[in-house]
Amino acid sequence: MLDTDIKITPQVAAEHGLTADEYARIQKILGRDPSITELGIFSVMWSEHCSYKSSRVHLKKLPTKGKYVVQGPGENAGVVDIGDGMVAVFKIESHNHPSFVEPFQGAATGVGGILRDIFTMGARPIAVLDSLRFGPLTAGSGAGKATPAEIKKNRQLLDGVIRGIGFYGNCFGVPTVGGEIVFEPCYSNNPLVNALALGIAKRDELFFAKASGVGNPVIYVGAKTGRDGIHGASLLASAEFSEESQQKRPNVQVGDPFLEKLLLEACLEAMQTGAIVAIQDMGAAGLTSTSSEMASRGGAGIEIDLARVPQREAKMTPYEMMLSESQERMLLVAARGREKEVFDVFHKWGLDAVEIGKVTSDGKLRVLHHGVVAAEIPAHALAEEGPRYNRPCAAPARGATPAKAPAFPFAAAGTDLTENLRRVLSAPTIASKKWATDQYDSMVRTNTRVGPGQGDAAVLRLKESKRAIALATDGNGRWGSLSPKLGAMHSVAEAARNVACTGAMPIAATNCLNFGNPEKPEVMWQFTEAIDGLTEACAALETPITGGNVSFYNETLGNPIYPTPIIGILGLMDDAESTVASAFRAAGDAIVLLDGIGAKSADVAETIGAFSSSEYAKEIHGIVAGAPPAIDLSAEKRLIECMVKLAATKAIASAHDVSDGGIAVTLAESTFENGLGAHVKLPAVQGLSAEAAVFGERGARAVVSAPAGSLARVKEIAAQCGVSAVEIGNVAAGEFRIQYGDAVVVSGPVASFRKPWSESLQKAVELG
Amino acid sequence: MKFGVVQFPGSNCDDDAFHAIGSIIHEPVEFIWHQSEDLKGSDAIILPGGFAFGDYLRTGAIARFSPVMKSVEKFARSGGLVLGICNGFQILLEAGLLPGAMMRNQGLRFLCRQVHVRVESTNTPFTGAARKGQVLEIPVAHMEGNYFCDAATLAEIEKNDQVIFRYVTPEGADAEKDREANPNGSLHAIAGICNRERNVLGLMPHPERAVESPLGSSDGLVLFKSLVASLGQRAAVPA
Repeated sequence: MLDTDIKITPQVAAEHGLTADEYARIQKILGRDPSITELGIFSVMWSEHCSYKSSRVHLKKLPTKGKYVVQGPGENAGVVDIGDGMVAVFKIESHNHPSFVEPFQGAATGVGGILRDIFTMGARPIAVLDSLRFGPLTAGSGAGKATPAEIKKNRQLLDGVIRGIGFYGNCFGVPTVGGEIVFEPCYSNNPLVNALALGIAKRDELFFAKASGVGNPVIYVGAKTGRDGIHGASLLASAEFSEESQQKRPNVQVGDPFLEKLLLEACLEAMQTGAIVAIQDMGAAGLTSTSSEMASRGGAGIEIDLARVPQREAKMTPYEMMLSESQERMLLVAARGREKEVFDVFHKWGLDAVEIGKVTSDGKLRVLHHGVVAAEIPAHALAEEGPRYNRPCAAPARGATPAKAPAFPFAAAGTDLTENLRRVLSAPTIASKKWATDQYDSMVRTNTRVGPGQGDAAVLRLKESKRAIALATDGNGRWGSLSPKLGAMHSVAEAARNVACTGAMPIAATNCLNFGNPEKPEVMWQFTEAIDGLTEACAALETPITGGNVSFYNETLGNPIYPTPIIGILGLMDDAESTVASAFRAAGDAIVLLDGIGAKSADVAETIGAFSSSEYAKEIHGIVAGAPPAIDLSAEKRLIECMVKLAATKAIASAHDVSDGGIAVTLAESTFENGLGAHVKLPAVQGLSAEAAVFGERGARAVVSAPAGSLARVKEIAAQCGVSAVEIGNVAAGEFRIQYGDAVVVSGPVASFRKPWSESLQKAVELG
Repeated sequence: MKFGVVQFPGSNCDDDAFHAIGSIIHEPVEFIWHQSEDLKGSDAIILPGGFAFGDYLRTGAIARFSPVMKSVEKFARSGGLVLGICNGFQILLEAGLLPGAMMRNQGLRFLCRQVHVRVESTNTPFTGAARKGQVLEIPVAHMEGNYFCDAATLAEIEKNDQVIFRYVTPEGADAEKDREANPNGSLHAIAGICNRERNVLGLMPHPERAVESPLGSSDGLVLFKSLVASLGQRAAVPA
């Protein structure tokens, strides 16, 4: 293993992923050559994963302030005010590469990591959502294929990731309440596993990661340090994958959710003593990042002696201990003289708690090993003075505006759209995710009002007040590939719309930006376009970004994924009793199509132009082309306000937004849970085929159902909000029928649509 | 009348049981730490769901050796009311307070969803307020809920009316072989059993998650109401 007397050369630095310039900068900061331990420390802190060196200059553009924001980016998680003296603490993070190398542990530790980010701030986690992307599960139909070997691998990845998420959350005792699972060929060798966690705390009981008070003890708590996860951040998360990447399995951490549960309870209890000054979880870059970041944020220094660190393997070197990413560990600063109060709590929970150092005044991270200095580096240089790159950007040859879509082969009149609807419903991206979500405990802590598959967003009631929180994640990589900016904007709009459909007002966002190799100008262009889109959409919808992370290098063998920004939106509902789910509730209820764009919605050319980018075009015609639909953010805002008002006045029985698969899929999905049908008649529009009318996608629309008695109120509220409301039919018993103009274009028993939708995912996975 | 909710380090439905008793049926309730042997004068003990000690080895195998279990056993042997939910049921099996064992779910996956169980006997302090044959909608959430016991034990618990809850179809029909209705594959579709003396009950479904209809179901209330009624009667009759 690496030794302390290794001679450091530019070659050794390069093996650590540091460029010649970066190495020269290290020499300048230190005024000498680094030791191997110091080189290791720099390499992880200045890795893309920890330093955001390629993204930081762009992330500055994002809106991060707003009336609800208590803490924006820069802490362990974002914090928003939810009234009654309470705050919501939430953040989304990626664990993509570990999940590809070892899906079960990769996904499990992804959940574990984001949970620690939440409770390290003093908040008790109350929900987890997972936004997942995989390659195709079947050879099937649709655009973009995967090889038989990839398909087999994709099934294993899906299975491992779902089991891993369940394994961690179920034991820890946090409900996994939502998210999405999307399948596209570009994710075949690079799945995305983004985990979002939400916690709640009292506003005046938040904890931050700022070391202060010279002489205060630095205390290590939780699991012992082993050799697992060394270089997880720098070598796994900050480089592309090649065929040898499977050999990186030892770089993946191993999760212990029971230990994390103990850590949660012990931390929250220890925080109540008042003896804790600062606390941060050991995630990426372990002891290195916690010690240097806490010191840097507090404008202080930290000195630790590694000999005191609880270790589970013999003869670990300082290099290994500083770079280990062993899970379920925390570093905290306590008030001098009150250490015992902290130790007592951790010992009650059977956990290690050891004083390993102290806060100093010299601004340095000083690492001793049995009293001998192994590293001495200005903490600020590590945490804040990492390289920043404004990397070259170049639009792809076709330019910022995608090429005009080829003439779209609209189905001939008389084509069986009923059968096409069944095919779209059975596409794994659209199909029921019950096979996956049944493996998650979605109800523990008894706050789940709207769980997986029951509504457009998850809804958690708060026992501490009358309020509820809604959460949704969304991201449309396919649209991002056609237009990174529009794709990002639609992701924000859809997540916000989903939250609003449950009755909650969207108030804040978190984001996980999944992209390819930033050293490629085209990828960097996608990234900057997406940032511009997020900035515009989050500003318009008043959902500031409070945190998140960036995951670059999502490529294998040189093939980047679609640019996939995932947006998590948090909404607040004043009265949990206003919660609206997506299923139709009673036969006879009126079905109303709400449209924020309204009169302009008859823009036939726009609908036809965007059709080639739809889920339907991909599944049925094998086409992914053209531009995503244009977005109208003020129309989105109007629709959001309308949905919240409709819910608050209890005027509607159900609400479901129109997204993947268009109105036909929205209507069909609304019938499934309660086994009701629907009779719908869409007004014919001159020049628009039935196919485009029922399967076409664009923003700012939702389908609601309402008892006859409140129909007038629905229309009145919609009119007040500037949203068009067209009654398009009724909830029926048993039969599902869509008429376009005078022609019946889709019809059949509800069960005949429900069956392909409900069985497809499980069938695809069990093909082995 | 007082309820005690035992907390093992990995219990994670302890707060939910506490909430159901304290905030929904409004009865006094206290937590009891697993290292304590003091049951704090509780009239009924709840062993809640969760992963008591991580349960990487075998569910409940370590928890049964906790100091608190000595007192719970003594309490149960002297007629005290003990309700084990999910992991609590598994612990009662390991402790020998109930017969049988749990295997992994058929399909070998964790399962969380609403199921239907039929009340097979109202002759217990936990089901006295229910109707015999009543179908309750209550969620399950477990990896190991596939109840098993040997043929002699099975015959005996059936004969003694110790099978208190059975997984059934939503209409209440028997469905041992129906993977939808009996999702974990339990023998005789057994969801909950009591001991011979009828004062210790274990069940895999979570009644404490089914006490507020906005969260999906309030069918679990009947267990807590039955407990309150029977404790009330006990108190009324001098020992």
